[in-house]
Amino acid sequence: MTLTLDIEKPKEKSPVVAQTVFLGLGLALLILAPLFFYPVFLMKLLCFALFACAFNLLLGYTGLLSFGHAAFFGGAAYFTAHAVKEWGLPPELGILVGVAGAAFLGLIVGYLAIRRQGIYFAMITLALAQMFYFFCLQAEFTKGEDGIQSVPRGHLFGFIDLSQSTNMYYFVLGVFVIGVAIIWRIIHSPFGMILKSIRENETRAVSLGYSVRNYKLAAFVMSAALTGLAGGVKALVFQFATLTDVGWQMSGEVILMTLLGGIGTLIGPLFGAGLVVTLQNYLATSEFPVTIITGLVFMVCVLVFRRGIVGEFYHSRLGRKLGFEHRQ
Amino acid sequence: MQALLGQLLIGLINGSFYALLSLGLAIIFGLLRVINFAHGAQYMLGAFFAWLLLSHFGLGYWPALVVAPIAVGLVGAVIERTMLRRLYTLDPLYGLLFTFGLALTIEGTFRYLYGASGQPYATPAALAGGTNLGFMFLPIYRGWVIVFSLVVCIGTWLVIEKTKLGSYLRAATENPVLVQSFGINVPFLLTLTYALGAALAALAGVLAAPIYQVSPLMGSNIIIVVFAVVVVGGMGSIMGAIVTGYLLGVAEGLTKVFYPEASNIVIFVIMAIVLLIRPAGLFGRDA
Repeated sequence: MTLTLDIEKPKEKSPVVAQTVFLGLGLALLILAPLFFYPVFLMKLLCFALFACAFNLLLGYTGLLSFGHAAFFGGAAYFTAHAVKEWGLPPELGILVGVAGAAFLGLIVGYLAIRRQGIYFAMITLALAQMFYFFCLQAEFTKGEDGIQSVPRGHLFGFIDLSQSTNMYYFVLGVFVIGVAIIWRIIHSPFGMILKSIRENETRAVSLGYSVRNYKLAAFVMSAALTGLAGGVKALVFQFATLTDVGWQMSGEVILMTLLGGIGTLIGPLFGAGLVVTLQNYLATSEFPVTIITGLVFMVCVLVFRRGIVGEFYHSRLGRKLGFEHRQ
Repeated sequence: MQALLGQLLIGLINGSFYALLSLGLAIIFGLLRVINFAHGAQYMLGAFFAWLLLSHFGLGYWPALVVAPIAVGLVGAVIERTMLRRLYTLDPLYGLLFTFGLALTIEGTFRYLYGASGQPYATPAALAGGTNLGFMFLPIYRGWVIVFSLVVCIGTWLVIEKTKLGSYLRAATENPVLVQSFGINVPFLLTLTYALGAALAALAGVLAAPIYQVSPLMGSNIIIVVFAVVVVGGMGSIMGAIVTGYLLGVAEGLTKVFYPEASNIVIFVIMAIVLLIRPAGLFGRDA
């Protein structure tokens, strides 16, 4: 199964300058952002952006559409919240618990789901995530419909007080940058190249002697772990973990963010997440249900806007001039 | 014993809906290579049309059983003609994403218009009441749902396996280009198939209206289970989809008797086991 995607070409002689400038500008904007925007909104945005980037590692670079990533996101939120609140772990260890839990869930779901391909893969991940949802609904430690409430943010490394929203914001930003750097490292490694070859032509990858199954499973677990990183941090930002984060709607949302931003682009999901989170915030106060807009955006994106925002930019003349070459 | 038979009955009823819905999914997937995520929404539309017909036009259950599937089928045909058609040349995943968006839009709209809570729909007078079978009490309507859905399933299977139209459909599933070169209007077949699948979902919705409440969310609750049913059955065979639907419904009912906590997830557990033992599904061909 190959998705028609646009990605940055492996750059041999691309104008690194322009890209470095963009990167620097983006970072500067994120560092200065709390001066202009409400920090909780920004933190939410960064958590979802990291979630979408991690999801994109699977969809954009390995060609696997998981419809169950909410299980890892919401699952990690529960694990982190439980570890911090009930076990009294510091935030950094709590997040590690979330990441480990999500990776473990990813191992189970991935192991089952990669036995089928394409459309079946999507349905299996969706069904297994729904199973996890019912588990969370009935399990003791998740506190059912209430969720885990009033989770303390604690002190990072014992001395940085995260209940201060500025401290928390820069912590979240740091996690986000590290997460994206890991993803960048993965997709530009020989391992990442093999993932792309699986996306492009699975049969050929097999015939070249790669054990495609193991690579797919590894990519799935990595994506789940990074998703867990986003989910764990989100639990600390909002100080609760609820069923909303494990529901299938959440899995749909992250697909939309990735699709809207640009499947297979490193920073596309950041833009997609930004748009979706802004839209949700904007509509949160009105009676109008977000799902109608979400659904319509989905339909329009699939019909006429499959490259996504960043993909379209890379495809445009300006984008090509700046060295963001793409491949049809 | 009473409880066992009662749950078995409920299992058979749920199984009827699983069978009808996975049948529609399998037919659509067979020809269009699209997993119709909007199937749940179309099921909900069927139930809602029945309810609207009754509350706004005074049309009862029997007319609704005919009108609602036709209406939903027509809506499906329009969607296929105007939008879904553009996606056939792309990866099948885009079809899934498009119909997912469609489902969100339809459900969101009905939630906005009618609220999230359910609307009751009265059992038609002719099928009200129950009968004592000696070993258990059978509400007549529930018996009717089981018999009628079985008739519809077998009827659809007969149409596809034994009629000329069905042979065109099967041939187009195997090789659409070749079938078109024989002068058969394949694009029309595609529209017809999608409309038929949507109509089947709507029919299930009308059948469900008196049993479950008519609510905008009824579709999304059932569609994920139906996906699991489809993974277990494999979409290669129409009969496989039907049989798996009933079997899993009964399995779910039995779990409610012996281990009620797991009744929500038993179908997913069965799916996981089938994936481990026979990844292609019980009746699947695509290993």
